[in-house]
Amino acid sequence: MSVLAHVFEAAGLATVALGSIHSQIQRTAPPRGLYCDFPLGRPLGRPGDAVFQHRVLAHALDLLERAEGPTVEVFPDAIADDAGAVLACALPARHDAALAPAVDEARGLRPAFDRAVARYGDRAGTGRAIAPDAVPDAVASFVAVGKGTPWKQAGIPGVPARVAQDIRGYYETAALALADHTPAAWEATRWFVQRTEAGAAIARARDAMAAAGEKQAIWFYLLPADS
Amino acid sequence: MADRDLKALTAEIDCPSFERPAFTRPGPLSLATVAVVTTASLHHPDQPDFAGGDTSHRVLDAARRDWVLGHWSPNFDTSGYAVDPNVVLPLDRLDELVTAGRIARVADHHLAYAGNQFELSAIRLDSGPAGAKLLVDEGVDVVLLTPV
Repeated sequence: MSVLAHVFEAAGLATVALGSIHSQIQRTAPPRGLYCDFPLGRPLGRPGDAVFQHRVLAHALDLLERAEGPTVEVFPDAIADDAGAVLACALPARHDAALAPAVDEARGLRPAFDRAVARYGDRAGTGRAIAPDAVPDAVASFVAVGKGTPWKQAGIPGVPARVAQDIRGYYETAALALADHTPAAWEATRWFVQRTEAGAAIARARDAMAAAGEKQAIWFYLLPADS
Repeated sequence: MADRDLKALTAEIDCPSFERPAFTRPGPLSLATVAVVTTASLHHPDQPDFAGGDTSHRVLDAARRDWVLGHWSPNFDTSGYAVDPNVVLPLDRLDELVTAGRIARVADHHLAYAGNQFELSAIRLDSGPAGAKLLVDEGVDVVLLTPV
C-alpha cells in the first residue's frame, strides 16, 4: 500500500494512505499515513456507519494540508476484535441422511445465500473459482481429502485455496441472511471455521494435505492462518 | 482466531524503504479530483480475477459499483465489504464530500491492486507507474489508498 503511495507521489499525485498494521505503515513511511486500528478487511472501520466513515476520511484528508512529510498519525478510535465472539446463527436441519453432513449443510444454506445476494449482492461470496451451484460438490471434494483421498484425485474444482475461499464466501454470505445484522469483523469467519461442517471438513483436508507432505502453498491458504 | 494474531503474523514482514521519497503538495481540496486506490483485489465480475502474485491492476468504473473481492489471502474479514463496499472503497462518502463542497469531484475511475505481495519490484517499476499515469491523465489530484 505505502509502496503505491511513494510511486504515485513521484508521478505528481498527492496521496494519503490508510493502514491497519501499525508497524508496517511506520516502516514504509508513506508521505501521509493514517493508522487506523481496525480489523483487517475494514479500513474505513464500520460498515454501514456513514458518520464514522466520514470521521476517518476527514482525518485522512486533513493530512493533505500538511506542508511537509512523511507523517503518520493515529486515528483516535480503535475497533477491537473480540476474538471469542462467534456469529450466532442457526444452521439448517439435516435433510438428506445419505449425504455427508457438510454436503447436506451446504445444500441447505442455498436459500439463505440467495436471500443475502438479493439484498446485498454477491460481492464477497462465490465466483473466484466456482458458482453457487457447485458449492456442495466442492465441499464433498474436501470431505474426501479429509478422509485420505489425495487432493489431486478428490475432484476439487480448481485451485484449492480459491475453491475453499468460495466455500467460505458462500457460507458467510448465507450467514448475513441468517443473522439479519452486520456481523462484527471475523464473527462470520469464526462461525464458518468453528461451527459448520464445511469449515471442519476444510480444516481436516488442510491437516491431511499437510500430513501427506504436500507443498505448504497448496494447503496453507485454505483457511485463515491462525485457525 | 483473532485479528491481532493475524496482524502479528505480518507485522515484521520486510518493507521497502525509500531514501528520498517524493512529496507532492496538492492544491486546495475544494478544487481537487479524488480517486481511491485499494489493495483489496477488487474487480468487476467481467474482469479477470487476480492470480497469486499478480502485480497488475484493475481499473474500476465508479458508475458500475459491482466490484467483487478477489484475493489469495484468507487473512482478512470479508463480511464488512459484503454488506457495505464503502468500508473499503468509500465512493458514496466521497460523493457526499462533493455535495458538501469539501472536494470538487470524484474520479470516474479508480484502481485496485492485490495486497499480500512479497515481490514488489514490478509494482514499483511497472504497474504502479502505469496506474499513476492513468489517474494523472484523468485529471486526478489526490489519491486515497485503502488496504484490506
